[in-house]
Amino acid sequence: MKAARSFFDSVRPHFEKGGKWEKFYPAYDAFETFAFVPGHTAHSGAHVRDAIDLKRTMVTVIFAMIPCLLFGMYNVGLQHFRALGQPDAAFLDMFLFGALKVMPMVVVSYAVGLGIEFAFAIVKKHSINEGYLVSGMLIPLIMPVDIPLWMVAVSTVFAVVIGKEVFGGTGMNILNPALTARAFAFFAYPSWMSGDKVWVNTSGGTVVDGYSGSTILGNLAVTGKAGVGYADWSMAEMVIGTIPGSIGETSKIAVAIGAFILLWTGIASWRIMLMSALGALSMGLIFNAFSGIVPSPEMQGYLGIPFWQHLIIGSWAFATVFMATDPVSGAQTNTGKLWYGFLIGFFGIMIRVFNPAYPEGMMLAILLMNVFAPLIDHYVIEANVRKRLKRVQPVPAKA
Amino acid sequence: MSKEVRIKRGLNLKLKGKAEKQIHSIGAPSVYALLPIDFPGLTPKMLVKEGDEVRAGQPVFCDKRDERIVYCAPVSGEVASIDRGPKRIIEAVRILPDSEQKYEEVPNWPAQGKKEEVQQWLMACGAWPFVRQRPYAVVADPAQTPKSIHISCFNSAPLAADLEFALHSMEGLFAAGVEVLKKLTPGKIHLNVDGSEATPRFISETKGVEVNRFFGPHPASNIGVQIHHLDPLNKGEVVWYVQPQDVVLIGRLANEHRYETERTAAVCGSGVDKPHYVKARIGAQLLPLLHNNLKPGKQRVISGDVLTGRKAGSEGFLGTYHAQVTVIPEGDQPEFFGWLSLDPKKFSISRTLFAWLNPNKEYELDTNMHGEERAFVVSGEYEKVFPFDLYPVPLIKAIMAEDIDRMERLGIYEVAEEDFALCEVVCTSKLPLQETVRHGLDLVRKEMM
Repeated sequence: MKAARSFFDSVRPHFEKGGKWEKFYPAYDAFETFAFVPGHTAHSGAHVRDAIDLKRTMVTVIFAMIPCLLFGMYNVGLQHFRALGQPDAAFLDMFLFGALKVMPMVVVSYAVGLGIEFAFAIVKKHSINEGYLVSGMLIPLIMPVDIPLWMVAVSTVFAVVIGKEVFGGTGMNILNPALTARAFAFFAYPSWMSGDKVWVNTSGGTVVDGYSGSTILGNLAVTGKAGVGYADWSMAEMVIGTIPGSIGETSKIAVAIGAFILLWTGIASWRIMLMSALGALSMGLIFNAFSGIVPSPEMQGYLGIPFWQHLIIGSWAFATVFMATDPVSGAQTNTGKLWYGFLIGFFGIMIRVFNPAYPEGMMLAILLMNVFAPLIDHYVIEANVRKRLKRVQPVPAKA
Repeated sequence: MSKEVRIKRGLNLKLKGKAEKQIHSIGAPSVYALLPIDFPGLTPKMLVKEGDEVRAGQPVFCDKRDERIVYCAPVSGEVASIDRGPKRIIEAVRILPDSEQKYEEVPNWPAQGKKEEVQQWLMACGAWPFVRQRPYAVVADPAQTPKSIHISCFNSAPLAADLEFALHSMEGLFAAGVEVLKKLTPGKIHLNVDGSEATPRFISETKGVEVNRFFGPHPASNIGVQIHHLDPLNKGEVVWYVQPQDVVLIGRLANEHRYETERTAAVCGSGVDKPHYVKARIGAQLLPLLHNNLKPGKQRVISGDVLTGRKAGSEGFLGTYHAQVTVIPEGDQPEFFGWLSLDPKKFSISRTLFAWLNPNKEYELDTNMHGEERAFVVSGEYEKVFPFDLYPVPLIKAIMAEDIDRMERLGIYEVAEEDFALCEVVCTSKLPLQETVRHGLDLVRKEMM
């Protein structure tokens, strides 16, 4: 610690005004404040401050995502070995196989994203924000395992530059950066982002007969049934997460651990999570009610799945816990959060079922509601303003 | 009708160093100072020169906009210096006190008079600056008529002086002060008390007022919160307010005919060896109050409480509206991976630390910011400690954008910087909210004048 302190103290002059690397001060500052919370004292206003800062907030979210990341690594390996007909491979082999697939994506996402953040900070001479620490972890977790690394990199560039920096950086963006990356990849490289070939890595062997790497949502959209035979995926597997899907989203248990951390620490909004669940369940109930009157048997099957199953298939859980609750792109008033969360769940399930081009609707629902969040807040705030204006009553003139 | 109000959103910040209910005698301060900075929006015009002899209660400077409003010497003595800062702004008027206090003559108060006469009398004897107004949280404008007058009879701020103790046996003077204030408004006088405690004794002789009971955490004692819940302000309306110790000062002017600013102040905080109470006049140099009572190490001396007080420096002075001196350690040391630390000595309203495990623990907080300033990221945070039916973040953004129309619509008339103090404490992005709100209030006030 002392050594680190003296190291920073010794190189600091080079980065300060007049030093040879003066331009790179934001980069230096980012590293120094990463290692040491500065000894700044309150100079105006309250003299004592809460120990929370943006770094602590962001690192809490990252901790909450670690169960998803670890399970995702294991599941990548598990799906791989299952597809090759070796479901009895050792746990460690599966985990290592997955780790070798996932870690490069994490590294690429962080390297590219942070590189751009540093560059913007240096050019615009502002300090580097911690926001990307979370986005950088989310991006690999919501990609299919077989996506090439360069696509991850390009999507990240798009998300950080167009999704965030052009609006002024962390805190100013309109859309969730990680979902912007995913949406970009989805529309730019659709064959790498959907279908039944991308969710399971089958390299280095031949797949077993009759194997399909399709996801539950993919199956439902085509056949109205969850599995190739419905029994293929048991309820338990959907909850535990040993199913094909994007890397980090399959395990509802891992997501639940993350949700618990976020809710317990108070970092994420319970209003958004709860209402997203209610929204999804309402849509599911509506579908159940109408499943009898649609003509096609596939649609009948899809509309007819028990309404609550929508919460454990697909990425509803992951998207609700980690993406909908992004405080910057979401609604910011407490009342607004209720509507925002509800509509995300509602539209997410609607898009998922009705639009065969998008087997999962959560990404589009959240991006859509990101756009509408300021409008929701506007009406909530205006209602409050009107309430105050109504209070004004003509007062009889007094001497 | 008297009301009961329950405040749900807020935070009682528990700090070490609560003052023991004993008044210690201290050495007489060798210098006093009157600080224009205590009065936001004031441009002072000097009425005395360096070297002049003044009596306690003699005008030292007046408001350039309304010269009837004078600010008086708290003690008799010699004007030692008039300190000026950048652009010749008057920073302090220092007075060397006499050993024997000489008081300016105070005429009888016009007990039968109308509002204007009583105002004249209050202004003439220098007590007007103790009457303040909302909106803007500034010294009241005598040209206006308040719809009511509020007196917050408790203080829920961290380590605040216990008013029941400080105003012991002053019920007569308090009642006399309220009688004077009654003349100033056609509306009611509201005495707002802590609902969880017995009705304070110092209001027992006061008649003809509303007594409202407030329950819940700080900022329940903030006048802005009380007005918001009892008698909310609309555009064009004014409410005046006076602090209880200042009501006693007015009562003393009426009954004893002298301008006496002595009050019972708490000397508290974890930087003090023996927290206790002292008797001090406003403007008193703080150093003698802390003589032989400071803990070693770098300490910050604050006139007022840790939320809204003024950093006083080594040679600070007791603020006009303050009855508290808080001393806490300076936290100017960088902390290795401090943002990962789970140190139980740290406090956080969020559960990212373990403060929630022990809600009654008293903390020894220092002045460290615990992070750097950032843009707004986290939402819903201020609402937890902001008991107003207003939206704090949009209001702050409107002020940052200097959009006066929007500030009005979002309710800037109902708030003052002190109401945002807790928001500032819990802010993840470490934004300077109190400074921002004061800037907004100044902007709107300028626009209205």
